[in-house]
Amino acid sequence: MNTVSAVWGWLTTATNWSGENGVWHRLEQHLVLTFACLVISALIALPVALTLGHLGRGGALAVNLANIGRAVPTFAVLVLLLLTPIGRHGQWPTIIALVLFAIPPLLTNAYVGMREVDQNVVRAARGMGMTGTQLVWRVEVPLAFPLVLTGIRIAAVQLVATATLAALVGGGGLGRIITAGFNLASTPQVVAGAVLVAVFALLMEAAFELAQRWAPGWARGRAR
Amino acid sequence: MTAPPPDDCLAHNDWICGDYLSTRRQILLDALIQHLQLTVSSVALGLVIAVPLALLARRRRWTVGPVLGITTVIYTIPSLAMFSLLLPLYGLSATLVVVGLALYSLTLLVRNILAGLDGVPAEATEAARGMGYGPMRQLLTVELPLAVPAAMAGLRIATVSAVALTTVGAIVGYGGLGNLIYAGMNSFFKAQVLTASVLCVLIAVVFDLLLLGVERLLTPWRRASRRARVRTRAAGPKRLVAALGRRT
Repeated sequence: MNTVSAVWGWLTTATNWSGENGVWHRLEQHLVLTFACLVISALIALPVALTLGHLGRGGALAVNLANIGRAVPTFAVLVLLLLTPIGRHGQWPTIIALVLFAIPPLLTNAYVGMREVDQNVVRAARGMGMTGTQLVWRVEVPLAFPLVLTGIRIAAVQLVATATLAALVGGGGLGRIITAGFNLASTPQVVAGAVLVAVFALLMEAAFELAQRWAPGWARGRAR
Repeated sequence: MTAPPPDDCLAHNDWICGDYLSTRRQILLDALIQHLQLTVSSVALGLVIAVPLALLARRRRWTVGPVLGITTVIYTIPSLAMFSLLLPLYGLSATLVVVGLALYSLTLLVRNILAGLDGVPAEATEAARGMGYGPMRQLLTVELPLAVPAAMAGLRIATVSAVALTTVGAIVGYGGLGNLIYAGMNSFFKAQVLTASVLCVLIAVVFDLLLLGVERLLTPWRRASRRARVRTRAAGPKRLVAALGRRT
């Protein structure tokens, strides 16, 4: 097929990989953005989720946040932030939008993980005289860990996908190769960029899959 | 003398602007209709593909792994890449957006329909078989109706996600309200971006409520026992976890 060979041609051209607009630079931007936002959103969401989960409050918050998140178009939020005063500060609209969308899965999964801890175990730990802090760190968090990990995995894959959309509003990342291809009306470049993005997203998913498979038993929730 | 510049919210480029709504009514309406068409046809197409897939996975157990695996892999692909990958097949067309969104809805629909079918109590199927129901009649009159609540849960999530994702179709010129957001971004037209964004969320909410209503109509037998069940089911927020994240 003609398109396939044109895409292959684009991917095997060395000049498309190097330089400011090259694949390597875009991949680096994508990785940095994804990782930074994952860390920021985990630092915001996890303490809140673990606290609420320990106290047993805020279930409605966790669920509704996840539902509202689905209804709000990421693209719309990116553009809205771009047009506010924040938009003048380089990467910030993208970072804020990405963090906003990574928080719901982290929060929901960590909260539910904490709530689903066997209440008999919690009562036993209390009976042994554990304080609240000890209970959280030595009983609840280890038992909730598999679901927390699932939340991190969902958030990470979602961040990869959202970082692609950042290209639509002039941000960096692999999506930029696609949008540049559209501007050049170059179908081979659009498809080549799409292949790279898809492969990157699938690799991220696969990395977490392997990490969860090889993780020690308690992190996989073997006891369930 | 030239006319003095108009002193209204359009000239100020305010976020909220009544004049925008009145002067661009037709543009908004067209975008809204395109958005609805794209969303509805993509979810419908997804449903048409998902139901046979789920039934196949149920009938031939070995197909469960491949079906769920492939649809989940598709679900992982970012939307911008998905629309771009389909570009050589469909060109810059509405079909491209519809097919892309339908592919995304497959995972949610197949998983939930399967979960619903698996949740049918064995007593119900045994009773049906005892009454002499054939496999087809059993499927249509016993299993599928009992699978409706789980399937509808998947349909609601798929529809709400499709409403939000349609906006990305603006990259190929068929994004419904997304087109207005895209154009508004390039011209820094704040009222247009905010109005279109709010409309997207409103559509999603309306669709969700509509489907909830449909679900209640389709499952009249759940209404009578609902109050009793709520009382016994105060066990806490089990099964809230979305196994799949939202799509972007």
